Amino acid sequence: MFDFLEGYDVLGAFWTTVQLTFFAAIGSLIWGTILAGMRVSPVPLMRAFGTVYVNVFRNIPLTVIIVFTSLGLADVFGITLGVPDDFDALGFRLAVLGLILYTSTFVCESLRAGINTVPVGQAEAARALGLGFTQVLRLIVLPQAFRSVIGPLANVLIALTKNTTVAAAIGVGEAALLMKEMIENEAQLLLISLVFALGFVVLTLPTGLILGWLGKRLAVKR
Amino acid sequence: MSSVLYDAPGPRARRRNVLYTVVFLALLVLLGWWALGVLSDKGQLAWVKWSPFFTEAQAWTTYLLPGLANTLKAAALAVVIALPLGAVFGVARLSDHAWVRVPAGVVVEFFRAIPVLLLMVFANQLYSESTSVSTDSRPLYAVVTGLVLYNASVLAEVVRAGILALPRGQTEAAQAIGLRKGQTMASILLPQAVTIMLPALISQLVVIVKDTALGGAMLNFTDLLDARKTLAANYANVIPSFVIVAVVFIVLNLLLTTLASRLERRLRRSKRGTGAVLGAQAVGELNAGGEAPDTMMVPQIRVPGQGTAGKTP
Repeated sequence: MFDFLEGYDVLGAFWTTVQLTFFAAIGSLIWGTILAGMRVSPVPLMRAFGTVYVNVFRNIPLTVIIVFTSLGLADVFGITLGVPDDFDALGFRLAVLGLILYTSTFVCESLRAGINTVPVGQAEAARALGLGFTQVLRLIVLPQAFRSVIGPLANVLIALTKNTTVAAAIGVGEAALLMKEMIENEAQLLLISLVFALGFVVLTLPTGLILGWLGKRLAVKR
Repeated sequence: MSSVLYDAPGPRARRRNVLYTVVFLALLVLLGWWALGVLSDKGQLAWVKWSPFFTEAQAWTTYLLPGLANTLKAAALAVVIALPLGAVFGVARLSDHAWVRVPAGVVVEFFRAIPVLLLMVFANQLYSESTSVSTDSRPLYAVVTGLVLYNASVLAEVVRAGILALPRGQTEAAQAIGLRKGQTMASILLPQAVTIMLPALISQLVVIVKDTALGGAMLNFTDLLDARKTLAANYANVIPSFVIVAVVFIVLNLLLTTLASRLERRLRRSKRGTGAVLGAQAVGELNAGGEAPDTMMVPQIRVPGQGTAGKTP
C-alpha cells in the first residue's frame, strides 16, 4: 500500500524541514532579542529602527521575502553566503535568512510583551542599585521576560516550522516541494498528502506540548 | 524621556547615547551606501526602471492592480466561506456531547497544525484529478480552498474564544428566561461573540492576505507576487518591482492592523455590550497549531466600573 514511498526520500525532505526550522529558530531568537533590546533602548534612533523594521517585515508576506532573497539578494546583490557555486546550499541558506528576517519580528514582539510582564518594581530596584540600562535588561528583566514568554515563543516556533514550507518557492528540497513532486507523479493523492500532513503534525504537536509544559513550569510565579 | 528601564539621562549618559546614535547611524548609512552602490552598478536605480510606477498608468492597470484585485478576491472569498464554517466548528467544540465536541476538535487541531501551502498543493491536485474546474480558474480555487481549510480552523478557535469570553451572566440570564441550549447559543451568545471577535477577525485578514502570495509563488495564481514577475520581465526592474509590491502589502496590512486596533479600543470603551473583546493579539497565538496555551485563551475582560481590569496574565 505504501510502495509509492519508494524512490522518494521523504525522511530526507523532512530532515531538511527540521534543519531549516532549527537554524532559522536560532537566528530569529538572536536577532529578535537584539531587536527587542533596540525597541526598549534609551537611544531614539535604535528605537525608531526597531519599530520600522518590525512593522515592515511583519507585514510583507514571507513568500515575497523568500523569493526576494533569491531574485534580489542573490541575483542582484550577489550575496552568496559563502556558497557561490552550490545551488542547493545557497537556496537553503537564503531560505534560512528569509525566515530569520521574518520570524525575528514575532520573537521581538513576544519578548516585548514579556518585558511588560516584569513588575515595574524589579527594574526600579535594579536602577536604585545603580545598574545601567544594559545591566537592568541583561541581568534583571530579560531572564524573567524569557521565562514568561516560553509559551508564545513556542507558538512562534510552531508557526516557523509550518512556514519553512515556503522555502519550496525557491526550490529548497523540503517537505512541501517533495509532496508537490510526488502527487504530480504518483496516483496516490490522498495517501501521500496524509503522510506529509501527519509529518507536520508529528513535528508541531510535541513542540507545543513540551514547550507549553515547560513554560508553565518555568514561568515566574507572581 | 525616560522609561522604567532607564533614568532620565545625565550628562554622561547623554554623551553615550549620542555616541551610540552616531555609530548606529554610521552603520546604517554604510549599509545603505553599499546597497545603493550595488544597485546603481546593476542599473536598478535608473529612472526608466522606476518611472513605470509613477508616470505610466500601464504598470498599474496591466499588472499590479489586477494582481492586487486577485489577492483581495482570494482573501475575501476565503474569509466569507471560512467564517460560517469556523462558527459551526467553534460552536461544535463547545458542545455538551462528546461525539460532537471531539471530532470537531480533532478536525480543527489537524488543519491548524498543517502548513497552508500543503493544503493548497493538495487542493490544486484534487481539482485537477477529480473535477472539471478549468485550468485557468484552478489556481484560484486551490488557493481559496487551502485558505478556507486552514482559516476555518483558526476562526473556529476565534469563535470559541469569543463565546468563552462572554460573561457567564449572559448564559445564566438566557437560562433564567427559559431558553434552550440551542436558542441561547443562536440568539444570545453567537451574535455577541461576532462583535467580540471582530478585531481578531480583521487581524486574521492580514494573515490571509499574506498567505495568498503562496499561490502566486507555487501555483501560478496571478496574485500581486505573480504580477510582479510579469512586470519585472517586461521592464527588467527586479528591485523596484519588489519594493513597490512590498510597499503595497505593507500599506494594506498596516491599514487592516490599524482598523483592528481602533475597533478593539472602541469596543472596550463602548457602554453598550458586555465590554468583553477578543483582542487582535490573540490571533498570533491561534495561528500556531497544536494546543494553544491556556494563558492566551483568557480574554481581556473589562469589568464595568473598574476601568480596564484583568490584563492577560
